[in-house]
Amino acid sequence: MDILYKILIDPFLQMGQAPDLFVQTLWEGLVAGVLYSLIALGFVLIFKASGVFNFAQGIMMVFAALTLVGLHAKGVPAFLALALTVVVMLVLAIGIERLVLRPLVNQPDIILFMATFGLTYFLIGLGEVIFGGEPKTMITDALYLPRGSYEWKAFGGFVAFQKIDIAAVIIASVMVAGLAVFFQKTRIGRALRAVADSHKAALSVGISLEQIWVIVWFTAGIVALATGIMWGARSDVSFALQILALKALPVLILGGFTSIPGAIVGGVIIGVGEKVGEFYWGPLLGSGIESWLAYVIALVFLLFRPQGLFGERIIERI
Amino acid sequence: MFYREAGQYKTSYAADQALFPILQDRIGIAAILLIAFVVVPLFASDFLLNSFLIPILVLSLAAIGLNLLTGYTGLLSLGTGGFMGVGAFACYKLTSIFPDANIVLLIVVSGVASAAVGSVFGLPSLRIKGFYLAVATLAAQFFLSWCFIRIPWLYNYNVSAAIEVPTRTAFGIPVTGPNATSVTRYLVALSIVVAMTWVASNIVRGRIGRTWMAVRDMDIAAELIGIRLYRTKLLAFAISSFYCGVAGAMLAFLWLGAAESESFNINQSFLILFMVIIGGLGSIMGSFFGAMLIWGLPIVLRAAPEFFGVTVRAATVEHLQFMVVGALIIFFLIVEPHGLARLWQIAKQKLRVWPFPY
Repeated sequence: MDILYKILIDPFLQMGQAPDLFVQTLWEGLVAGVLYSLIALGFVLIFKASGVFNFAQGIMMVFAALTLVGLHAKGVPAFLALALTVVVMLVLAIGIERLVLRPLVNQPDIILFMATFGLTYFLIGLGEVIFGGEPKTMITDALYLPRGSYEWKAFGGFVAFQKIDIAAVIIASVMVAGLAVFFQKTRIGRALRAVADSHKAALSVGISLEQIWVIVWFTAGIVALATGIMWGARSDVSFALQILALKALPVLILGGFTSIPGAIVGGVIIGVGEKVGEFYWGPLLGSGIESWLAYVIALVFLLFRPQGLFGERIIERI
Repeated sequence: MFYREAGQYKTSYAADQALFPILQDRIGIAAILLIAFVVVPLFASDFLLNSFLIPILVLSLAAIGLNLLTGYTGLLSLGTGGFMGVGAFACYKLTSIFPDANIVLLIVVSGVASAAVGSVFGLPSLRIKGFYLAVATLAAQFFLSWCFIRIPWLYNYNVSAAIEVPTRTAFGIPVTGPNATSVTRYLVALSIVVAMTWVASNIVRGRIGRTWMAVRDMDIAAELIGIRLYRTKLLAFAISSFYCGVAGAMLAFLWLGAAESESFNINQSFLILFMVIIGGLGSIMGSFFGAMLIWGLPIVLRAAPEFFGVTVRAATVEHLQFMVVGALIIFFLIVEPHGLARLWQIAKQKLRVWPFPY
């Protein structure tokens, strides 16, 4: 009975007794979730347009952040460095399309998935050769990103909002809105959606697949850059960050592989679930459950909705 | 010229269904086994055994395990490392409880624990497929990694949270731990791998393997012709995890002599998956090729600069190694997406018709 009490009742009592802590945990979860969903967004973009499950999104994020920091360290002004990094991501996108995607066109999914693994290894090596393996500090001040925190007195205590987290949430929202407009309203966006629906049909109405792929990988690169700046500002810029790509997987599962709003909602659910679970139920199991809780949430979810929250319904034919 | 099957008539069904129906294949395999069992132990150095041959044997076995699941049944798994860990920790617990038992037996039995865990995590496979299933197995990977740290019972409440392999014997000869010679460990590993490879190649040729392949090619169609999907998929998970578990136990007991949660992390899973893909999905032979390439390549790369008389800093070599491995993976996928096993088949076909092009 005691264990049942600890699982079913005690955590909620704790939430009721210290609502400020609960709100704080929710906020932390929300921010983590938004950042997860930014990574997931990169996945979704590429998966939608090329059907490639891009494992390299995590390392692209690290690579972009490293390029930015590295250029700044060489004395390039922050915003010029930002622009140059965007150029680097464009070059990367073109290179990937030329050297990896084009020769592998029409191969099974798993082969392309593996190729992005190869890409991950390559970029890890390249990043370390150019920038060295040691962690670096994100140039928060030079980019005019705020630091410090607001304290909000409420619920008989106070809740601290890191300013950088607020900035992260705002930037993420702007980016998602921008992408949504880009996808819905522009010519290229429509072409992207056409490619996502059917490669063959898109080709037959004269859409250049190669061009679309470059655009998509470039967009994913920019998303990776934004994600890299945000994650880098919260912790250091290091190769360890690329493991976050794996955290984006349960987010994708929840949201569905092809849905941009799904990536956002999924990210928030995973982020909040993870933090709240760790904080209130973690001590029961000896803490550290954050490392697998997200996957188990996704797994349970999958059993009821195999296509995710917003995914397209999976129809199977023989 | 030498590789011709013309004139080799089969007069019985047994001969027709033999594992190696062609005489030259039988001679070749006998020669390889002879070299592996007799010549290598006589002449190989400890370095060659410890850092090349034993790892390749262990990793090949794990790759065969994953290949049964991913290559033959079409279920993508990223939990290999976790299942290997289950085998290693199970073997450690077993040998703590039965210190006098034959260690070779325990290594093989510990696969059973891994098979049980594997079947539990295989349960979602009926409802979810493809990358979604990969994420489900990722749950297994992270959960098991966490267990290896957080459940002290598994490593006998050791302070270092790692398992230290004790000296254990089989038939009076020390096989594991500091007293065992490399040659003994190599021979034990080789025997286990050869026996299990033989079993695996017969499984995939038989009824079970055929149902697996039917499920891989199209699961709904397989269900319609009367294959029980759930049972087939779970069996694939169980047998695959059994192989991975034994490989994990061998990794801890015969190769490293110690293991911790980190030895069975997600990178290990990816490494094995590389081997399977580069070697060839759905090929037992390919698993060996993949293991040799992925394990051997970094060693060769590390030795290469010295060989050419160029001195490069160790860190740079490490980084370049990543780049080269990554580039080679992409290169291999582009040149031959069906893996090294397909190259081997093509080579055999060329040999068969030589000196004519076809």
